[in-house]
Amino acid sequence: MKKKSDFVNGLISGIPIGLGYLSVSFGFGILASSLGLSVFEAFMISLTNLTSAGQAAGVDIIAAKGTLIEMAAVQFVINIRYALMAISLSQKLSGKFTFRHRLLAAYGITDEIFAVCSAKDGEVTPNYMYGVIIISTLGWTSGTFLGAYAGQLLPSGVTAALGLMLYGMFVAVIIPPARKHKSVLFTVITAAALSVVCKYLIKSLSGGLSVIICAIISAAVAALIFPKEDDEE
Amino acid sequence: MSIAIYITVMAGVTYAIRMIPFAFFTKKIKSKFLKSFLYYVPYAVLSAMTFPAIFYSTGNTVTAAVGTAAALILAYFDLPLIVVAISASAAAFVTGLIIL
Repeated sequence: MKKKSDFVNGLISGIPIGLGYLSVSFGFGILASSLGLSVFEAFMISLTNLTSAGQAAGVDIIAAKGTLIEMAAVQFVINIRYALMAISLSQKLSGKFTFRHRLLAAYGITDEIFAVCSAKDGEVTPNYMYGVIIISTLGWTSGTFLGAYAGQLLPSGVTAALGLMLYGMFVAVIIPPARKHKSVLFTVITAAALSVVCKYLIKSLSGGLSVIICAIISAAVAALIFPKEDDEE
Repeated sequence: MSIAIYITVMAGVTYAIRMIPFAFFTKKIKSKFLKSFLYYVPYAVLSAMTFPAIFYSTGNTVTAAVGTAAALILAYFDLPLIVVAISASAAAFVTGLIIL
């Protein structure tokens, strides 16, 4: 029996990610479309960013005509977790991962791709990671395209309700771990409370800046009160 | 300002965050505080982004509140992301049909 190539194995490992991304990015497409972006613009954002929370915050800033500094700062804070994942993953790369491969594959470090590559037995080769990235990106961009397109065609009652989809997904990401770990629950409640305070009491603060400030304060306080042990995940 | 410039900044920052540590980092982070902080950041970000914005996401506070409640309940029972997301939207949509 011929052993499957690393690339094919990567593609197969990436199928669940691609399908999940297809549906989630549909919500992003709807959101982008409802904020006035074109199908092409929404598609390009998904192709060049490949991240959910950062893109959702990004289109909000575009719609609000925020500054580029704000855009850069918001992306930095929301996506800084990828730096940690990149560091962690860099320990698991095979010798085939030359500098050039690292430059290319870095594009595809997302929560889910990181999770699949970390869980893989043995070292991660460039071809394996490319396989996972390609199928995931395919799902992410085609879902965005369909969502943005549907956003312009569907009746307004449907698109209004679908505007909730991405937030619904965020809720689904934060609630289960918050239920299991009181440290995460504390982080989530603190961040939400600060965000509400910023929204209603400090009206001059833009949405993007508010997210940065609330996230940094609540994560820092959580890290002080609940320092994580090395073996926890 | 051109949307292309926004997209370039977005993509550039996001790529740099991934690429710089991936290409150049070979040691492990030692600071317990920093590791803990980075662990909590995604949850803090998502929570701050979701609340209170989710209540404005449908253009009607009542339909959005029903959708939010549906999302919270289903997420509490650990249902898959996509099930939670679609059900929340469906709950908001049906509420809209009833009250609007």
